Amino acid sequence: MATVEVNRVSKSFAGRQVLADLSLTMGEGELVCLLGPSGCGKTTLLRIIAGFIPPESGRVLVAGKDVTALSPSARRMGMVFQAYSLFPNMTALDNVRFGPRVAGRPKSEQIARAGQLLDLVGLSEHADKYPHQLSGGQQQRVALARALAVQPQVLLLDEPLSALDAKVRVQLREEIRRIQRETGVTTVLVTHDQEEALSISDRVAVMNEGRLLQVASPSTIYREPSCGFVARFIGSGAVLRGVAEGHSVRVANLALPASAAAAHVHGAAVEMFIRPENVRLQPMNGQLPPGAVGVEVRERTFLGSLTRIRLTLPGTDDQFSLWADLASEQAEAFIPGSRVVAQWDEAAPRVMPDADAGLRNG
Amino acid sequence: MKAPVAWLFIGAFLAVCATFLVAPTAMLAIQAVTGEDGFTLAYIETLGQYRYRVAFEHSLYLSLASATAGVVAGGLVAFAVLKPGAPAWLRSLVTSFSAVAANFAGVPLAFAFISTLGTLGLLTMLLKRIGLDLYDMGFSLFSITGLTLTYSYFQIPLMVIIITPAIAALRPSWREAAEILGATPGQYWRHVGLPVLAPSLIAAWILLFGNAFSAYATAYALTSGNIGLVTTEISAVLSGNVAADPQIGAALSVGMIVVMVTVLAISTAMTRRASRWTARS
Amino acid sequence: MSGAGANRMGPGGWTTLILAGVYFVVPLAMTAAFSLWEGGSTYGFEAYRLLLASADLPDALLLSMELALATVAALLLLLVPAMIFMNLYAPGLRPLFEFIATLPFVVPAIALVAGLTALFTGPEWLIGTPFYLVIPYFFLALPFAYRSLDVGLRAIDLTTLTEAGQSLGAGMGQIIRMVILPSLRAALVGSTLLTLAVVMGEFTFANVLLFRTFAVYMNQMGQHEATAAAALAVVSFLITWAAMLGVLIAGRGQTSIPGGH
Ligand SMILES: Nc1ncnc2c1ncn2[C@@H]1O[C@H](COP(=O)(O)OP(=O)(O)OP(=O)(O)O)[C@@H](O)[C@H]1O
Ligand SMILES: [Mg+2]
Repeated sequence: MATVEVNRVSKSFAGRQVLADLSLTMGEGELVCLLGPSGCGKTTLLRIIAGFIPPESGRVLVAGKDVTALSPSARRMGMVFQAYSLFPNMTALDNVRFGPRVAGRPKSEQIARAGQLLDLVGLSEHADKYPHQLSGGQQQRVALARALAVQPQVLLLDEPLSALDAKVRVQLREEIRRIQRETGVTTVLVTHDQEEALSISDRVAVMNEGRLLQVASPSTIYREPSCGFVARFIGSGAVLRGVAEGHSVRVANLALPASAAAAHVHGAAVEMFIRPENVRLQPMNGQLPPGAVGVEVRERTFLGSLTRIRLTLPGTDDQFSLWADLASEQAEAFIPGSRVVAQWDEAAPRVMPDADAGLRNG
Repeated sequence: MKAPVAWLFIGAFLAVCATFLVAPTAMLAIQAVTGEDGFTLAYIETLGQYRYRVAFEHSLYLSLASATAGVVAGGLVAFAVLKPGAPAWLRSLVTSFSAVAANFAGVPLAFAFISTLGTLGLLTMLLKRIGLDLYDMGFSLFSITGLTLTYSYFQIPLMVIIITPAIAALRPSWREAAEILGATPGQYWRHVGLPVLAPSLIAAWILLFGNAFSAYATAYALTSGNIGLVTTEISAVLSGNVAADPQIGAALSVGMIVVMVTVLAISTAMTRRASRWTARS
Repeated sequence: MSGAGANRMGPGGWTTLILAGVYFVVPLAMTAAFSLWEGGSTYGFEAYRLLLASADLPDALLLSMELALATVAALLLLLVPAMIFMNLYAPGLRPLFEFIATLPFVVPAIALVAGLTALFTGPEWLIGTPFYLVIPYFFLALPFAYRSLDVGLRAIDLTTLTEAGQSLGAGMGQIIRMVILPSLRAALVGSTLLTLAVVMGEFTFANVLLFRTFAVYMNQMGQHEATAAAALAVVSFLITWAAMLGVLIAGRGQTSIPGGH
């Protein structure tokens, strides 16, 4: 197994920059998820690592060795594509032994190896089926086994689960994680699905517009997003633009409690970020308790055991929303249109410098 | 039953096909084995005569050669145009030209080749001027080689039209998967590309074979019957240009049908073998 | 070799295309040039004038066009309704239809002529008129017309469409006119134009059955006058081109264009 280093890689298509001076280092046996909105360059980065696309500048190193000039076939990597990449004219077994076969391994060895891997992905009984006889999930398992059959130094997965239905997706991602741990292969997994990224990776790399915004463990990414984009992109929550004022952030004419604001210069433009699970609601009766904010209930979205309630700050013309997650039976009491009291721990909100403030004011 | 009109139309169509397609074919089979005194194999046996044997050999050779040339050349052209790097205008040019050229056959095609490569053709003359006498070198447009060259003019574009959808259906991810698993381009084609294309290639080949085997106009206009093909022999019998019994025409026709059925049967068997992995089998 | 390079048009691809381009363009260019040759070193449109001046051309051309239209009419009246009704009421007959559509491929044109001549020696009103040719032409066009209509019919879910129409109170005739035929537009226009092109150029049947159609006329003309033959080749190439352009526009890429000779 090997480390992977992407060193200051840039790439443009038809004059449009898709990757901008991007660097990423992965440790041995690490599983990193590339997460980002559609078109941000995830596939492009993965294909540069695989060698299908040459970077304009920058290098790719595997185990400290520069592989930028090597063809994909010489890189000893495994890759699983989104869907339909199994060779349709070969059985599951023949698909899996394709790598060893073109490498000229003895046939008995090819078959033994393919058998082991089909075992590993739980498909031993389906070895003789053709791809069209397998379900989507089974096909992706075969694709995974096939990629592992060449004992790759690095495993690249480009949205391998996106064509599957939700239940199979969850099941298979656990399995990918287990197999990745067992084989210890350094893995990059591209995904759209933040839940997937948070649940299986060692580290998550959030990308936007060809740049890496934050690379960190799932819990850090979730709790301490480095900027508004990451905060908005991961999980859900409200990002409110305002001004730091001591231990609160002034948004419109309200002072919202946030102890983290103290770290910023008084009067600096900041973004305050608060997750729905941190917001508590009570009916309005009489005076506002200290540190509480009067808000208006807008709509309720039933999510099963939880109900998500959208709230707006009064007198802001619906410009500023925040959300609160309540147990569904409690949420019944908060009727859209009513005024309620919202409260949170002073320490809960995260306060970040407002990166776009200069642009907006300038 | 709610649709007597429907059955009227279906019935009319089937009746027309039975009367003018199936019955004449059956009639051929009967005529071929019926002499003045009833059943005879004499006419079938005449197919073994030198003249007719050569005609069958010519027809088979011409069809095999032009179908194979068409499959190979047309396949390569379609493949080249379908590469992602190929400009879009080139793709539409080749597609639309193929549609025209595949249907540009018969008399006008023969004339075009005579104007170009005939004894007095423009290209023949031009080449002669620079010291290259094609006809001295053994080439003749009015030979089987010349016919193959001419037939390729509609066979290649026909292949391009037939095979384009199949080649376009080859997924780039198969190629990439093979590549990253360490396969060379040759190994990709041997193990994946060609096996996946095989059923389409067989189907295309058989269509081209039949196309050439039953072609008549091009050969007739080009050779005026100097090169015996089965089709021109049949027409000679039918138009009374040779002193032969109509039964010989029928026997030749039956021979053609037998060849076509045999080729079709072989290709069906091959297709079945080659498409074990598809959803249909 | 680099991975990205595999997708590019390499030197191999260009060589293939250039060789093919030469093979396909040279005969056309030479024929066009030859058709303009007036002997010696003079060039002009004499051959084309000669063609137009010929007294027989209008008759031959008219006959071929009439035959083409009659064949199209036969396809529309006989094949199209039969296929629609078969799909609606008798899907069990599909294998039979498939078989019939393959037969003309297995029974070459010339063999069909032989069979027809053997079977039908009369009546004179049938075999004596050029319109007798419509029968073999119908079968000549059958395989590809069947194929493109079949593609068109499979693309629309006939049964659901019809049930939906009937539930709205439409009669069968209305459904066919307002729902099914419009969905088959591309297939119908495509096979009509292909049939026109094929019939206009058809030689086998007409020559053997001794009717002077356009192609037969062309052949006779070309036997005597080499430059006129070249001019005719150019003209028919342009006619084929026009017909195929029509097919491409009508089908917008979805109609298949088989060849048929
Ligand atoms: N071969 C190419 N030619 C031109 N532009 C391209 C090419 N490949 C990618 N792009 C462009 O580069 C940008 C990044 O594409 P990429 O496929 O890497 O996005 P992605 O993050 O994988 O998106 P998705 O999540 O939708 O798969 C897109 O705007 C895309 O249009
Ligand atoms: Mg992508």
